[in-house]
Amino acid sequence: MLDIFLNYYPVLFKGLGVTVFITIISCFSGTVFGVFLSLGKIYGNKLVSNLVTAFIAVIRGTPLLVQLFIIYYGLPAYGVNFSPITAAVISFIINSGAYQAEYLRGSIQSVSSGQLKAALSIGMTKWQGIFHIILPQALRRVIPAWTNEFIYMIKYSSLAYVIGAKELMTEAKLIASRNYQFFNVYLVTALIYLVVIIIFVYFFNRFEKKVAIPGFDFER
Amino acid sequence: MPTSHLLKIEDLHHNFGKEEVLKGISFSLDKGETKVIVGPSGTGKSTILNNIIRLVPPDRGKIYLEDVEITSTKKINEVRQQIGFVFQDFGLFNHLTAKGNVMIGLTKVKKMDKKEAEELAMFELDRVGLKNFADSYPSQLSGGQAQRVGIARALAMQPKLILFDEPTSSLDPELTGEVLRVMKSLAEEGMTMLVVTHEMGFARSVADELIFMEGGNIVEQGYPEKLFNNPEHKRTKEFLFQLVDLYGEGEE
Repeated sequence: MLDIFLNYYPVLFKGLGVTVFITIISCFSGTVFGVFLSLGKIYGNKLVSNLVTAFIAVIRGTPLLVQLFIIYYGLPAYGVNFSPITAAVISFIINSGAYQAEYLRGSIQSVSSGQLKAALSIGMTKWQGIFHIILPQALRRVIPAWTNEFIYMIKYSSLAYVIGAKELMTEAKLIASRNYQFFNVYLVTALIYLVVIIIFVYFFNRFEKKVAIPGFDFER
Repeated sequence: MPTSHLLKIEDLHHNFGKEEVLKGISFSLDKGETKVIVGPSGTGKSTILNNIIRLVPPDRGKIYLEDVEITSTKKINEVRQQIGFVFQDFGLFNHLTAKGNVMIGLTKVKKMDKKEAEELAMFELDRVGLKNFADSYPSQLSGGQAQRVGIARALAMQPKLILFDEPTSSLDPELTGEVLRVMKSLAEEGMTMLVVTHEMGFARSVADELIFMEGGNIVEQGYPEKLFNNPEHKRTKEFLFQLVDLYGEGEE
């Protein structure tokens, strides 16, 4: 097993780089997209709110793989062509945005309505209150769910291998199909995912503690 | 056209569903005056304050700030900058320090530069006796301190008047005292204030006029000592003396 790692780590790490790249771009862009979706759903007018609700229902109600196939295999028929990595990133942003919008909606609604009222009372507009008062609190509260989403995204970015994006899983499959050591190759791959996720979670937890509002964090 | 009152309220009506909570309230407030509204719970006292800065829009009636009608203005944010509001539950922004709470309206609403805002914030915190708590978060403050930050936040916007919505109702007697002392000194400095409270001691020693409300109407209004000693309505006397029994006559 160690020899697999030593022999193939340059290729595996190259794949890992693509995996991490896809994940980071998708997850962070998904957050920005999710913020707009959740704000539209909560504070938008009826039309915007209903459109967002419908969009989220469609994205969450259909498999990620189907969404990926539509973007990669379906859109070229209409003259829109993406590279595998671009197609993967686009579909992951859309998918992650829809999920994150719902996490955020929960945390926005958990911020007391008195906070917005107080913001209005000093002359802020509704949107100033949302951006300066509500969101800074809601975003802190969403970090645990966001960490979950990130972990999920690292692993589910492996779906990109089906359209040939050269991420970690694609490289692993190539190696295994050449040397037939499926068990060892996939075990090494699994361990790489595990170690990377542990490292990311460690830093996200530290970040969560760092930005915690005094009195709102739990001392253990 | 109404003339020369700082704040004038005319025939204010408000309904919550089918229930009419304000049935035509009219009164005015002049510069430098402190008026105190008292009355049983559910009589619409807080609703008046919320109506004034349209946190809850009134159903009918007109409100004027320095002769400008503010009930239907589109620039309600500008009106709110000129009228401070102090909440019963403090309404401090939980993610900001005491100083941050006072500063944010200056930097984001008044677009003041950060340094200038910080200086003004420190001045206002000092004014309410909390200079040493500038870097504390709301959850690290006592209720009395939190409410004084709320007052400093309102003061920093340099409002023409401040509305106090039961500012001491969630505080114990000791903390109530420290908040009332700050309010009293503001009144003495000439701040215009409209206060909903049950604190009779404060009302008697500070108010230029006491407004007794019940059932959505003003029952009686006048100089506090007159309402206490020589009220025109029996109900005024009953209610005021109940409050005195409950809360005492205050410090004076």
